[in-house]
Amino acid sequence: MADSRAQYRSKYTLDRGMPGAFEGETVTRRHAINATAQGAGIVATAAFLLPALGFALAPVFKETEHRWEVVGTTSQFNEVTYLPVTITIEPNIGEAGKSTAYIRKRNPAIDTDIYDRHTQFIAISSRCAHLGCPVRWVEAAERFICPCHGGVYDLLGRRVSGPPPRPLDRFFTRVNGNLLELGPRFSVNSQLRRFSPRNPGEPLDGIGQYLYPARPGAMI
Amino acid sequence: MPKLPTPPVPGPLKEPPPRPDEIEGTGHPVEHAKHGGVSIVDWVDERTSLSGAARWMMFRKVPKGTNWFYTFGSATMFAFLSQAVTGVFLAMYYRPDPAGGAYESIRYVTNDVFLGQFVRGMHKWGSSVMVILVFIHMGRTFFFGAYKYPRELNWVIGVVLLILTMVMSFTGYLLPFDQRAYWATIVGVNINATGPLIGPYLSDFLLGGAEFNATTLSRFYAIHMLILPGAIAALIGAHLYLVAKLGTTAPPWQKADIKEDLRETQV
Repeated sequence: MADSRAQYRSKYTLDRGMPGAFEGETVTRRHAINATAQGAGIVATAAFLLPALGFALAPVFKETEHRWEVVGTTSQFNEVTYLPVTITIEPNIGEAGKSTAYIRKRNPAIDTDIYDRHTQFIAISSRCAHLGCPVRWVEAAERFICPCHGGVYDLLGRRVSGPPPRPLDRFFTRVNGNLLELGPRFSVNSQLRRFSPRNPGEPLDGIGQYLYPARPGAMI
Repeated sequence: MPKLPTPPVPGPLKEPPPRPDEIEGTGHPVEHAKHGGVSIVDWVDERTSLSGAARWMMFRKVPKGTNWFYTFGSATMFAFLSQAVTGVFLAMYYRPDPAGGAYESIRYVTNDVFLGQFVRGMHKWGSSVMVILVFIHMGRTFFFGAYKYPRELNWVIGVVLLILTMVMSFTGYLLPFDQRAYWATIVGVNINATGPLIGPYLSDFLLGGAEFNATTLSRFYAIHMLILPGAIAALIGAHLYLVAKLGTTAPPWQKADIKEDLRETQV
């Protein structure tokens, strides 16, 4: 008996004897007003919600800026050990925007990796590949050691011990006259293959490079 | 359909108070002033019917065996209220400026402002107290089986409140902007980044860019003082509504109270 009710409730407003109905009209005024009011509400809400969301999410897609920063003269670095230099990661916020890089001259005897063959200097980021604490170069042990969770890296920045999932990040270097300049950061996997810069804690070996995609705004 | 009996009203509230024009006596101003409070409450209640809601909320029936373990929810709420009030006053002095202003404003509150160290201490230690109380309250609910039907939704709201409290602690930790705050936030954001697929985007969203930058601190400050308190207050309202609506559970060791003379009809 379900369709007897459907027959009784015709879709035409005229058949239903509604005041002001005319031939062929199916949408009742109540429906029209309802749809208009709710549609207006949705438009009004979207008008402030979508721009606000885009405003908050925009930094994720912003292109990272490339800056080259002079860190010293080429003659001040050697092949044997690392020298720390202070670099500016983010200008205008004082000490909070500073970081440390460790630099030495490339030594063909140990830096045998093919990706390094055109570089004259090795610049290692002090940002631990585990969770971003600052590692320091310990001369006596010839290791980078992280104070937070015990990450240890060798002379090439490869993990020796502790929780880090990949080697220490590096910086592009270039020589300008007799000045050494540091450029953008890049990440490497355990074979020292280069990737666009990743956050600490993200492995780059095997499936890791797909589970942790590159930043949309990264230009490397 | 039978109606439930109206909730019991305590003695002092049973007799309706005399209206101001019914007050017997000398008509002395003191006589009127005595009933001033009553007439103001009456005036509001006539226009809002709030007394019904208040009675519904305050004079609920609670099961036999209700004890001090049942107070941790209220304790957590008062911890939140304390955080809200002290937080508002701290916001009058705080400056989310990463180039040194944030640290300096906190130093000023701690060392120079009258009772500043006390109010900041309340906020700082109160945050730990709130987290501890949330977990005790959660444990009580779990071990008393108070999350079971029909209270599952209240458990879910409680879990969301727990997560929001954690986000509150995380965003608040950066604000003093000393070495500990800075490095703890770096580590915390990078822990977020280790989530597969969405992790890198989440950390960029939190930092407002690829690196810790000029907007990160104000972003954390806005989340900490504008977004989260509103969300937590609204969810506490929903949580409390469901508590009053569904009632509380008896402790698990409480046995059903069976009247012996009725036992035959029950079988």
